[in-house]
Amino acid sequence: MKILVAIKQVPERDAQVHVASDGKWIDESDLNYTINEPDAYALEEALQLKEKNGGEVVVVCAGPERVTSTLREALAKGADRAIHIEADDLSARDTLGVAQILADAMKAESPDLILTGLQSDDLGLGQTGVVLAELLGIPHATIIMQVEVTGNGLKVKRELEDGWFQHVEMPLPALLTIQSGGNKLRYATLMGIKKAKTKETKTVQAAAAAGSPSITLERVYLPEKQKKTEMLTGSPAEVAAKIVEKLKFEVRVI
Amino acid sequence: MSGVLVVMEQRGGQWNRMSFEALAAGQQLAAKLGVECSAAVVAEGVSALASELSGKKLVKVYAVEHALLKTYTPDGYVAALEQVIKQAAPAYVLMPHTYQVRDFAPALATRFGSVLISDVIAVHDGPVFVRQLLQGKLNADYRHTGAGPCFVSVQAGTFRGDTVETGSAAVETFAPTLELPQIRTKPGELFRESAQTVDLSAAPVIVSVGRGIGEQENIAIVDELAKALGAELAASRPICDNGWLPMERQVGSSGQTVSPKLYLAVGISGAIQHLVGMKGSKTVIAINKDENAPIFEVADYGVVGDLFEVVPALTKAVQAAKG
Repeated sequence: MKILVAIKQVPERDAQVHVASDGKWIDESDLNYTINEPDAYALEEALQLKEKNGGEVVVVCAGPERVTSTLREALAKGADRAIHIEADDLSARDTLGVAQILADAMKAESPDLILTGLQSDDLGLGQTGVVLAELLGIPHATIIMQVEVTGNGLKVKRELEDGWFQHVEMPLPALLTIQSGGNKLRYATLMGIKKAKTKETKTVQAAAAAGSPSITLERVYLPEKQKKTEMLTGSPAEVAAKIVEKLKFEVRVI
Repeated sequence: MSGVLVVMEQRGGQWNRMSFEALAAGQQLAAKLGVECSAAVVAEGVSALASELSGKKLVKVYAVEHALLKTYTPDGYVAALEQVIKQAAPAYVLMPHTYQVRDFAPALATRFGSVLISDVIAVHDGPVFVRQLLQGKLNADYRHTGAGPCFVSVQAGTFRGDTVETGSAAVETFAPTLELPQIRTKPGELFRESAQTVDLSAAPVIVSVGRGIGEQENIAIVDELAKALGAELAASRPICDNGWLPMERQVGSSGQTVSPKLYLAVGISGAIQHLVGMKGSKTVIAINKDENAPIFEVADYGVVGDLFEVVPALTKAVQAAKG
């Protein structure tokens, strides 16, 4: 089974982000980047499927040169090959534009299965996978916790709201967006890191953006507070005493 | 192309309550733009739901009926709604930001060369649609600039379902053309893993722990605080994903929705998926080392500090106060 995993490189979660001077995106100069966490779960699922059923895992990432570090990390964890779609203008493309360059690169590979995370930690629009499936004309299922290969396709477990689940059966080729928590993420081993250096990374150029995007991010800014938050300051013991006062006389839970 | 169409969500004849929040959003957007608002409900045997909608301030209710729409599938919904939208030709299509909408709406938007503006938390004049970036650290204003209809999903709690205006609407039955081979996935029955033994929704006091706790062993210090307060211990998704606490203790859009007297958030940054689960809390106290954590936007009392120092001190103080 040939599995393609679409991964995205995003700023690290703990990163202190600052709005860029044009107010349209964040200042990227001091940021550290990492693999989008839901995509790490998609990669883990792919690696486990390969271990059970054989085949090949190919990771695909669009973005500038810096994303190759994330591809190398995926190779170190056990992916067999990587495809870097070189594109310096991702922010000028909408989801459809990004999904289109992924689709262009993936078509040539004729995968049996495409996996990706359910959403990205930066934009969080949560739709690249579904749009990609639509562009490729293959069935999809989202927010998947488990994947089982059956005789002629897949049986997957979807997560729904409020603790409900559902099994869905589907033919191959197909696309799944993977929820976090279905598996335990693995670390790259020293051996894996060494091996990754010998693995193939193919670079393809993204076609120029076709037309203008259908949605535009006009402005980013710090959220306004919804509540007037009273900040409690002091040493830990002082803060604790202040909280206890609130709990006694205002919240009345002590 | 004009007007607003709201796609309502139902399952087995029961509304998803978030549908009425999207309907309120649709009515308010239509009023602002000076255009008409319609609604669509998709199912097999939809008349009772459609007639309920006919009592709302809408110009038309589309009862989208087909035997192949009895159970939700993305293929069925995309094909049916594509046809409805082509006929109704709305400028805006609003939907609740549910797991079901997340499953089909991006594909539907793609059919129109458009992109879904998802989990919108406010709509400003323009219209400008506000959504969060980077786990809630920033807000972003999005505007639709394409030629096709603008697709928007509305995050839970953004609009109030009880503000939907009543009125009288004509119901139009819409029979989409659908063939069985178009439906490529086969959905099974819904199920729950096991009976939930922890009902966080009824807990008056909740102490909730997030990523900031670092390691599983450290949860003990938060558990001690919960015990001292007589509170239920809860968590954000990453804690349950790691298996550090069972899934049934998760608060958020994929976990439980809670409304305690006190919600004490420890090391929780406050991504939107978590906030929608806890925003019904009467008082929120947040302890986090990052002063810019989004949890402080909804907290009544905030402590910027090291939870490993503050929490044990608080436990001690609570124990002393309870004496």
